[in-house]
Amino acid sequence: MKIRSKLGPYFYILPALLIVLIFRTLPILSSFTASFTDYDIGGFHGFVGFSNYARMLSDARFWQSVLNTLFFVLGVVPAGIIIPLFLAILLRGELKGKSFYRTIYFLPVVTSAVAISVVWAWLYNPEAGPVNQIITAFGGEPLLWLREPRGIFEMMLSPMGIHPKGILAGPSLALVSLMIVSVWKSTGYNTVLFLAGLENIPTTYYEAAKLDGAGVWGTFRHITWPLLSPTTYYVLIMSTIISFKTFALVYVMTPPPGGGPLGTTNVIVFYLFQKAFDRFDIGYASAISVFLFLILLTLTIIQRKVAGRRVHY
Amino acid sequence: MMSLNPRATALSITKHFFLILGGIVMLLPFLWMVNTSLQQGGLSNYVEAWTKVPFGRYFLNTMLVTFLTVAGVLVTSSLAAYSFATMNYRGRSTLFLLFLSTMMVPQPVYLAPSYVILAKLGWINTYMALIVPWTTNVFSIFLLRQHFRTIPKTLYEAAILDGCGRLKYLWKVVLPLSKSVIITVLLFNVIGSWNSFMWPLVVTHSEELRVLQVGLSYFNQEQSSNFQLLMAASTFCTMPLIILFLMVQKRIVASYSRSGIKD
Repeated sequence: MKIRSKLGPYFYILPALLIVLIFRTLPILSSFTASFTDYDIGGFHGFVGFSNYARMLSDARFWQSVLNTLFFVLGVVPAGIIIPLFLAILLRGELKGKSFYRTIYFLPVVTSAVAISVVWAWLYNPEAGPVNQIITAFGGEPLLWLREPRGIFEMMLSPMGIHPKGILAGPSLALVSLMIVSVWKSTGYNTVLFLAGLENIPTTYYEAAKLDGAGVWGTFRHITWPLLSPTTYYVLIMSTIISFKTFALVYVMTPPPGGGPLGTTNVIVFYLFQKAFDRFDIGYASAISVFLFLILLTLTIIQRKVAGRRVHY
Repeated sequence: MMSLNPRATALSITKHFFLILGGIVMLLPFLWMVNTSLQQGGLSNYVEAWTKVPFGRYFLNTMLVTFLTVAGVLVTSSLAAYSFATMNYRGRSTLFLLFLSTMMVPQPVYLAPSYVILAKLGWINTYMALIVPWTTNVFSIFLLRQHFRTIPKTLYEAAILDGCGRLKYLWKVVLPLSKSVIITVLLFNVIGSWNSFMWPLVVTHSEELRVLQVGLSYFNQEQSSNFQLLMAASTFCTMPLIILFLMVQKRIVASYSRSGIKD
């Protein structure tokens, strides 16, 4: 009887613990050790020190995937904060049709990334897709969208005779097309988060601001923005992590082997996936995984430090 | 006071203008999807897409995997959360930290080693690989634990005096008191499981084991220029979750309006 009650708690936790240990902790630790090994389709070929990491440094395709991912994050995260915050401010308080709007905005969130990618690939289709049809109906030039490898700054500036090269050319239009879909898909979720945050701000603050004669911008700047910062901070971290993990959109809309036109939509997780499962280069893929993990860890730490100074709780 | 009204009306119109604009942007892709799926052949596009590849099989696979995964999550997560929330034992906080630490690492990071582990278990290309690793969910454990902790201890003591065992207490008292958080966990996991793509893409190869998302992705590659069929397939692949969501949305709206009346 006594033994049973002593062991009891462990029986409750055992099923979850087994799965966590075998399918989370073990592979997480393995990805660190595997990054120091030569491990391919033929199995384990011994430890190789840092040579997988050295290989990363000189792998142009890898650095391209890092740059593309940074472009992606820098585009998607700010847009994924500004647009939802604007919508949430509009939705705030008593409003006719509030739950109707919320439902519609949320539809892309619950829809699978694969289906959304199939649909958007059709919308973007250069020959018959609706997006180009609308553009030409308004007298604009049709674009190649997902098949356009040129950087967007290059495309915008070249009519003026300026031809930015390399990083300055910006993300390819193909990558920007993916960013648009990513923002479209996450807008509803972020809007709902911001709306919850806004409705937690006591209305007395706004009444006081009104009495003091504060304008719309002043109220936003001095009340809404600072008091909303815990939510903004949460949305910022979540969107950054989600953006770094982007895979399905790239895989379905700009299918392998390329990773988009001239590899311009090749992001880190896509590259990692190709190395691991097309080449079965587990050792090298694990080194890339560790790199990805370290970036995310660093970002979380930096954001936490910045937040410690700036966020008002 | 009268002068306020036109201003309020103007503000309200501006608000709705932007909100409707946003709504159109959100809805248009779905409308185009359905519209394209009905062009050149109408509903027969749906029949053709459905029969061209075994979508029926993919549906059954997805439903089976989702059902067993979510059932597993509910059982293992409630048990673990119950022990974390109500029991005192050695290593509890260490174990809890171990669980939480796995949430810090995104799945793609450990995808390749997971494949190797599944290969060693002989599970590659089996239902086991699709289901077993996802029969617990750390975030769900966390959510449930947070809620279980709010249930007063005195309730437990009273139940024990009445001769109620631990497991019975979980089943008869804790879970019924946690309906809303359980529904949250349930929906969260149903949506996650139904939409999961990278994992089934990696751990299964044969068509008999294909789930809906993987099937749709292959269909997209095979029929890349047959847009009517692609949109028909996208429509029937997304409909179940959209319908589920609309039903749940009604629930949320209803509970909102109920609490509104109470206030």
